[in-house]
Amino acid sequence: MGGWAIAVHGGAGVDPNLPKERQEEAKRLLRRCLDIGISALHSNIPAIDVVELVVRELETDPLFNSGRGSVLTENGTVEMEASIMDGPKRRCGAVSGLTTVKNPISLARLVMDKSPHSYLAFSGAEEFAEKQGVELVDNEYFITENNVAMLKLAKEANSIVFDYRIPAPGTVGCVVVDKEGRCAAATSTGGLMNKMRGRIGDSPLIGCGTYACELCGVSCTGEGEAIIRSTLAREVAAVMEYKGLNLHEAVDFVIRNRLDEGKAGLISVSKKGEVACGFNTTGMFRGCATEDGFMELGIW
Amino acid sequence: MGWAIALHGGAGDIPLSLPPERRLPREAALRHCLGIGIAAFKAHKHPLDVAELVVRELENHPNFNAGRGSVLTNSGTVEMEACIMDGKTKKCGAVSGLTTVVNAISLARLVMEKTPHIYLAFEGAEAFAREQGLETVDSSYFITPENIERLKQAQEAHRVQIDYTQPVQKEVKNGAANADGDSQIGTVGCVAVDSEGNLATATSTGGLVNKMLGRIGDTPIIGAGTYANHLCAVSATGRGEAIIRGTVARDVAAVMEFKGLSLKEAAAYVVDQVPRGTTGLVAVSSTGEVAMPFNTTGMFRACATEDGYSEIAIWDSPSK
Repeated sequence: MGGWAIAVHGGAGVDPNLPKERQEEAKRLLRRCLDIGISALHSNIPAIDVVELVVRELETDPLFNSGRGSVLTENGTVEMEASIMDGPKRRCGAVSGLTTVKNPISLARLVMDKSPHSYLAFSGAEEFAEKQGVELVDNEYFITENNVAMLKLAKEANSIVFDYRIPAPGTVGCVVVDKEGRCAAATSTGGLMNKMRGRIGDSPLIGCGTYACELCGVSCTGEGEAIIRSTLAREVAAVMEYKGLNLHEAVDFVIRNRLDEGKAGLISVSKKGEVACGFNTTGMFRGCATEDGFMELGIW
Repeated sequence: MGWAIALHGGAGDIPLSLPPERRLPREAALRHCLGIGIAAFKAHKHPLDVAELVVRELENHPNFNAGRGSVLTNSGTVEMEACIMDGKTKKCGAVSGLTTVVNAISLARLVMEKTPHIYLAFEGAEAFAREQGLETVDSSYFITPENIERLKQAQEAHRVQIDYTQPVQKEVKNGAANADGDSQIGTVGCVAVDSEGNLATATSTGGLVNKMLGRIGDTPIIGAGTYANHLCAVSATGRGEAIIRGTVARDVAAVMEFKGLSLKEAAAYVVDQVPRGTTGLVAVSSTGEVAMPFNTTGMFRACATEDGYSEIAIWDSPSK
């Protein structure tokens, strides 16, 4: 036990008919992100920096539902949110309602490091972004053809899309524990396809979609409403803290018992260098690796 | 076991020397709101209705940091947020960034009941309020002279305050500054349980004095400032950033469940874990217990149970 560990995810709830090429594409991206994270860990970069680095990569790639490639609101625009948490002192930062910030996770980091607050949203967040000099782009930059088509489908079916009947890409996240045993977690998303303007999901809510403390780091994905009601990310840590379960037992317990009818997944690491993923959806795009050379990419 | 209700008007560095003209109206307001809650229970209203009713009343009172009387952002505007949760179903609703909605808590309830979502904010939330025909007014309605003064003081001191330093006397301001530089009162909330153990919680706030535009605190974050499940209902108040990190509301229930503590023990334990001077909460359990711990100088609070017990307090009291 001990040593670093890293896990990444690209969303829970996968279309069982997803074409092979898309599956391979997803795995390649996850692999690339793992490699970026592993390389950083080899250079002794702290967990909090590694999670940000990796999530930036996931945001920049249009494949998953974050940054570029975010799903669209009912108005056809993009509103992004993200959060990041540093285990050792449980410092955290979160953002919502971003429309021009190229990398939401980095703005969340700045909220944590450079503001007196933990959470900034909508035009206040955009204003902060401008003052911080982060890279800003037009809203169109984030919009992909795939998502425009999917929004059309969703409107025709008159639904907000989570389930794979109208397959939509998922949230992204990364959890890391570094060699010093410091845990960190980061999550980023465009939210729900066809969501109401102003809708906030679980990803920016500390304790729901993201959580990190001395014991572990957790990032969740899936039905936002279910993740919020079950305060999923905090639940994993609470069960470890108050029930004394280890990471695997905690993840298992929480996925099995805390989601009720909700569908979700999560990735987590513990300060002991363990990594665990769990989901009750049909699949979750994920990858994990530990210092002793273990590496795994998975969808189902 | 009968019904139980507890409510708060904010925890913080409420100076013991709070002059009567500032103390009495708040005590009266607490008494009034408690009375409304008690009457609602006597009329057999569901805890969710009771909690919403009481918080609406607290929002309407200009002396507390919610609705009218909300503290101001660094731009002198108001951005309100609120959250409501039903313990039995764990259904919840939250709103942030409201500028014209008279009763934020009622909008949170509508989000919970009339949308497929849990949380709506800023323009999207305001648009939804209009669609739903909720009462909206000009933003100036919410702004009180006391809060304009508080903002001025905070900006002069370059501080973000949780709220409620005395805007008038210099010596009181210094007193507050001595007690770690922030005075920390803000937010209103109500928790309620009926005789069948159905639980509900509701919290509402204007946030932090001199906060950045777009700043969201603990109140609308499920598990941080607000939480209810089958065991208990919790509404927290104090330094938002600390309550978020401490997942305060969720932890009370978690500690009850996983460590088998009573509500009072669990609530005291959790408040103890958060930095001194940052947090207070009110909570009720499915068995009718009430707890109102705080690690600040004081917390405006009140509670009542069906057997006739009632309490209104600001500073330490034996039955904390």
